[in-house]
Amino acid sequence: MERSVIEQKMVDVLVDELGLERDKIQMGSKFEEDLEVDSLGVVELLMALEDTFGVKIPDEEAEDITTVGEAVDMVQAKLGN
Amino acid sequence: MEARRRVVVTGLGTVNPLAGDVDTFWKNLTSGMSGIGRITAFDTDPVPVKIAGEVTDFDPEEFIPRKEARRLDRYAQFFWVATAQALDDAGLDFTDDSEASFRAGVVVGSGIGGIISFQENLDVMRTRGHDRVSPLAITQIIPNMAGGVASIQFHLFGPNNCTVTACAASANAIGDAAEIIRRGDADVMVAGGAEAPICEFAVAGFSQARAVSTRNDEPERASRPFDAGRDGFVMSEGAATLILEERNHALARGAKIYGELVGYGMSADGYHITLPRPGGMGAAKAMEAALRNASLPPEAIDYVNAHGTSTQANDSTETAAIKLVFGEHAYEMPVSSTKSMTGHLLGGAGAIESLACLLAIRDGLIPPTINYEEPDPECDLDYVPNEARESEVRYAMTNSFGFGGHNVSLIFAHHA
Repeated sequence: MERSVIEQKMVDVLVDELGLERDKIQMGSKFEEDLEVDSLGVVELLMALEDTFGVKIPDEEAEDITTVGEAVDMVQAKLGN
Repeated sequence: MEARRRVVVTGLGTVNPLAGDVDTFWKNLTSGMSGIGRITAFDTDPVPVKIAGEVTDFDPEEFIPRKEARRLDRYAQFFWVATAQALDDAGLDFTDDSEASFRAGVVVGSGIGGIISFQENLDVMRTRGHDRVSPLAITQIIPNMAGGVASIQFHLFGPNNCTVTACAASANAIGDAAEIIRRGDADVMVAGGAEAPICEFAVAGFSQARAVSTRNDEPERASRPFDAGRDGFVMSEGAATLILEERNHALARGAKIYGELVGYGMSADGYHITLPRPGGMGAAKAMEAALRNASLPPEAIDYVNAHGTSTQANDSTETAAIKLVFGEHAYEMPVSSTKSMTGHLLGGAGAIESLACLLAIRDGLIPPTINYEEPDPECDLDYVPNEARESEVRYAMTNSFGFGGHNVSLIFAHHA
């Protein structure tokens, strides 16, 4: 999957599943500080990413992710495997 | 000794099957409109009950920021909207986080809280596994969350509680909120109730209890309290909020006052999980307790907004209870059931019926019991059949009774 496609789907998930405003989301946006995604929102995001991309994301792996771009990196790496 | 702190009502809000605002609600209620129709929320093919009072065309995102709206069950969305209206009506805003925020609180009542979210998440767990259950499942289901969210949104940092006494829940919420003001723990209380039970699971449950009407072909005629042909209540959804305020606090800011909450009485039937105690003694004790609390004789009551569910058992038993309490005055006093029009909001019923009492007091206009066609010998009072009636109302009582045998009566008074 092209990175640009992953980025687009990532933004769609954040808008559709977490109710975030599309124009506030950038690849450098920090989930907690910039987008105000709380701990419950993180769980929702992980579930939505798993459903959208057909990957499995253990909590331990998610802990290191702070920005939207890092989440894209992680999904891309998993899809590449 | 300090004089007793008195509690007045300075704001109202509602969203219900008849209307999405108080003025339209009152206009429709006094013109005898039914809010009941065929269920649109889900496919009713598998269940015998196909009618309900739905809040149609409700778009939560019209009132609630999208990020918040999608985290809330429908019942809590209703309460948010009703509460925003009521605070606006009262001219109160606590968002500056002044000391007043700490003197303002919430008591919300709900019978079954986020039952739609419960059903949805249970479906997900059974079909897709436990790791697909939403992290918001629990916060959507719990019946206190409507009050929790109200405190967050409207900056109400005082006492915050929740009553879960089935169909008496919001009557308890209003009474308990008034007591919090009376004892000095708050000056303003947001009080009310909300329910959103129109889903397959809850409809099936009430249907299996043989409590609801199956007059599926005539939805608007299905809720017919006190009529001989009644065959059960009609489930409905919505919310209503009252702003209760310490009287001097309200007077000092020149607030509009709808009326005073003067009486709150409770009892338990101690008899059966769903059936009322035959003869009506339990309900009578709640009405008597409210009169005692208000220091009023029975003859002072000008109007009773009955629980009047349209079940065989409730309506005859409540009639008997009213006669036990009021004696001869029972026959001279208008008694109506607005559930004939709104359907039964379950945990929200006490609040929406308190609105009906306060507006009856304000306008000297008593809303009718619609669909009253054939008298039942066991229900022989003046039920204000089918048309609203002009009549001065100085004191109005509203009754709410819940599964479990919870009986609650409130008395509202004209405020001179």
